[in-house]
Amino acid sequence: MAKNEKADNKALEQLTKTAKDVYDKSLKGQKPQLTMPVRSLSNVKYEKKGGYLALKNQLKVRTLTYNTVKSFAQTLKVMAISKELIQTDDHASKRETYYISKNWGAARFDEQPESDAVMDDIEAMMSVNREQLRFLPEEKGGEVAGQLVVIDKDRDTGKPLRIDCTGFGSGAYSIPISVEHLQFQTKAKFILCIETAGMFQRLVAHNYWRKANCVLISMGGVPTRATRRFVRRMADTLKIPVYTFVDGDPYGIANIYRTLKVGSGNAAHINEFFCVPTATFMGITPQDIIDYKLPTHPLKDVDIKRAKDAIKNDPFFKFHKTWTQAIEQMIKMGVRAEQQALAKHGLNYVIEEYLPQKLKKTDKFLP
Amino acid sequence: MLRRQYLDMAKQQKKKKEPISELKTMPTRKKEPRKIVHENAESMAKRQREISVSEFFAKNRHLLGFDNPKKALLTAVKEAVDNSLDACEEAGILPSVTVKLDRLSPPMKEPPPEEGAKEKSKKGKAPVPTERYHLNIIDNGPGIVPNQIPKIFGKLLYGSKFHRLKMSRGQQGIGISAAGMYGQMTTGKPMRITSKLPKNSKATFIELTIDTKTNKPEVISEKEVAWTHESDSGTAVEITLEGRYQKGKQSIDEFILLNTLSNPHSDFTFIDPAGEKFYYPRKTDILVDLPNEIKPHPYGVELGRFHQMVADTASKTIKHFLTKEFSRVSDKVADEILKEAKVKDFSLKSSKSEDVNKVHEAIPKIAIMSPPTDCIVPIGDELIKETLKSQTNAEFYMATTRSPSVYRGNPFLVECALAYGGDLAGDEQMQVFRFANRVPLQFQPSACASFRVLTKVDWKNYGLSQSKNSLPVGPMAVLIHVASVWVPFTSESKEAIADYPEIKQEIRLAVQDCARQLSLHLSRRRRADEEDRKASYIDTYIPFIGEALQEMLSLTAPQKDKLISTLRTTLEKGKVDGEK
Repeated sequence: MAKNEKADNKALEQLTKTAKDVYDKSLKGQKPQLTMPVRSLSNVKYEKKGGYLALKNQLKVRTLTYNTVKSFAQTLKVMAISKELIQTDDHASKRETYYISKNWGAARFDEQPESDAVMDDIEAMMSVNREQLRFLPEEKGGEVAGQLVVIDKDRDTGKPLRIDCTGFGSGAYSIPISVEHLQFQTKAKFILCIETAGMFQRLVAHNYWRKANCVLISMGGVPTRATRRFVRRMADTLKIPVYTFVDGDPYGIANIYRTLKVGSGNAAHINEFFCVPTATFMGITPQDIIDYKLPTHPLKDVDIKRAKDAIKNDPFFKFHKTWTQAIEQMIKMGVRAEQQALAKHGLNYVIEEYLPQKLKKTDKFLP
Repeated sequence: MLRRQYLDMAKQQKKKKEPISELKTMPTRKKEPRKIVHENAESMAKRQREISVSEFFAKNRHLLGFDNPKKALLTAVKEAVDNSLDACEEAGILPSVTVKLDRLSPPMKEPPPEEGAKEKSKKGKAPVPTERYHLNIIDNGPGIVPNQIPKIFGKLLYGSKFHRLKMSRGQQGIGISAAGMYGQMTTGKPMRITSKLPKNSKATFIELTIDTKTNKPEVISEKEVAWTHESDSGTAVEITLEGRYQKGKQSIDEFILLNTLSNPHSDFTFIDPAGEKFYYPRKTDILVDLPNEIKPHPYGVELGRFHQMVADTASKTIKHFLTKEFSRVSDKVADEILKEAKVKDFSLKSSKSEDVNKVHEAIPKIAIMSPPTDCIVPIGDELIKETLKSQTNAEFYMATTRSPSVYRGNPFLVECALAYGGDLAGDEQMQVFRFANRVPLQFQPSACASFRVLTKVDWKNYGLSQSKNSLPVGPMAVLIHVASVWVPFTSESKEAIADYPEIKQEIRLAVQDCARQLSLHLSRRRRADEEDRKASYIDTYIPFIGEALQEMLSLTAPQKDKLISTLRTTLEKGKVDGEK
């Protein structure tokens, strides 16, 4: 893990300050408190200027009482781990952190979701990201293939390490968990973020990236923080457009695309850096289902609920009329279509017809 | 041919039936001839004669509590002790009662186990022979005038207590003479009474038997003897009787012990057949308030009794009768009653029974003060609580004394004490201690009004399990004391209180009052438990806060300890604050 002194100092400062507050208040005979932003969609707003979901100012105050004493102790204990990790320039995965707690007797975590939530709390409380606290996710980053050279560092020598993403054959380059230190070189025209590994494989197998002169990213569902940050840094440094190609269903739109573009509601304090505001939505749109006569499945109740929720509560979709209309259209149609539904017209229809046709009208992509 | 035969048979039958139907008194089914001698009124009259009470009770001794040898012995002790305590209290003497029991026959082996006993009785063998005892009960009471002794001890239904309304242990004047009669019947030995009056230097000794046919005492010998006891006056009663002495439940020992509880002002000494002496000194030198004798209260005096009272009174007019024969009836109240009855004051001599009825009907419609309370002396909240404490080792005690109420014109009062938790067994039925006018009731618990009340209370609210119509199971003991100028017992053996609705109601209210206190206590305890649990929960996690802050802020060990103790205080205090 590369050392970033500035970030480390900020994290250390924050941790110590919080601990000191608790300590001082306690000695005064007052009940110490931990204050953190509420982590939910209700506490985010769409920041037009930056193009991401930003935190509003709802705060959650956790006062030390009988009811909170356990999670209070656990939070402070996890903070202590973080401090030690930074000071020893080490890191721990979320799973490892969970296991460290097994040494705490009564204060141990019983299940990993408990410790994950505490880490998210600390992250929001400190307004730093998990990686700065030296907690690493287990989640795998996305995969990359195409016209891109990633410049990493050799772990032993520290010398730059050039990774050519055209050179993985039928495989692909895995986005590492931490991407802040990477640099990019490319001549590609655009970046295409793909939802499913199946579609990514098809495009890779046919060297679509060469034909279209682009970078292909496999998100594998909702993009991880690392994937979002990776794409964001590419988009920022290379200044090329990012197109999104996901299933034509409420999950693909409201979860996968939304998170890629403007970040998540749950970790809104880091969205500013962990999203790709320049991304646009290529497909599959509700209109595509009609235009391409795609085979469909009916929307399930959870799909409809998700879609309605997006129009009603998601500040991003509420902001864009075109999106509201598109989602309403889908609800009205009552059907969804997967990326691979294009195979109805032939396995390579997507390469030969769909993508070229869509890419001619990038201005028509949904925001 | 066939048809003819049938008709003949029918005819024959008809003929047979006719004479039978004439004899209406004879059974319809024909039997072999048997001579039945029918009685007529004259023949019956020859056998009709007065049944003496003594004779009746000689046959029905179970009604007096002499159903089996063990119980008979206890009943004899009980009757004598009751009389002694009553006499002492009335004379204003702090009682001192000695019960001495000697075994005259060699001790029996332990009674055979129940199964064996059953088999035996099935085979029709003779009942197990019993032991013979000599019972001697000595008190320091006022003594008895010599010429009264034969009547008191040798005549059933003779006494000072039947014809008055006053709270006392004895009521009918049956007990002690019945005990003597039982002794006489089982051993043939006479009763021996020694009594000394304060003014005399010598005591009177009388030996007597009871003629069961005439209910009259037969004095066998009478002489002056020296009084060998310390007290200035007193009475000693000796009875020789069959019985069985066993310790444990429903024993004489238990009876004496329970008496020490309800009579803390009395000394008790018990010398058991083995010669072992149990001495219970009095716990207080304060004599119980002497209960006043009262007239009946107008509420609840039934019509028949009302008429009887009208017939017996010396009063000339109904108004005078009402004010003189009843308690709490002033001139004003009497006027109100007469007004309600729509009658004018009338002379009783020429009174019409309808008018008397009208007056009786009017009584419940008039508000009349409750009977005077000084006619009943409760043992008292604190004392019954102490009583229960000496019998149980429970976690929590509560007690209630109800104010007096009335049944059938008789004032009565209920006291209740309740013990919960502690050493009381959680898997056994609730223990019940019953007292009536300070006399412990040891038998027939389920025939008692208290039982009927206790089984009807829903004890499940108090964490006890209870099946229908039975006492709850759980760590609980209840003491119920019913005091009255006339305690209504289900039988003359005075073992169970009759279930008058008014009495049951008062018992219920007393029990419920205690139960309410209990549930308050239980919820308070639950809260305390919860606090403890919370405190220990807090104690579990606070050290981790100290640890984490120590790691992050490099605290010294004393700093950490101070932090932990401060936080603990803050949180403990917070709990209390939060409750307000």
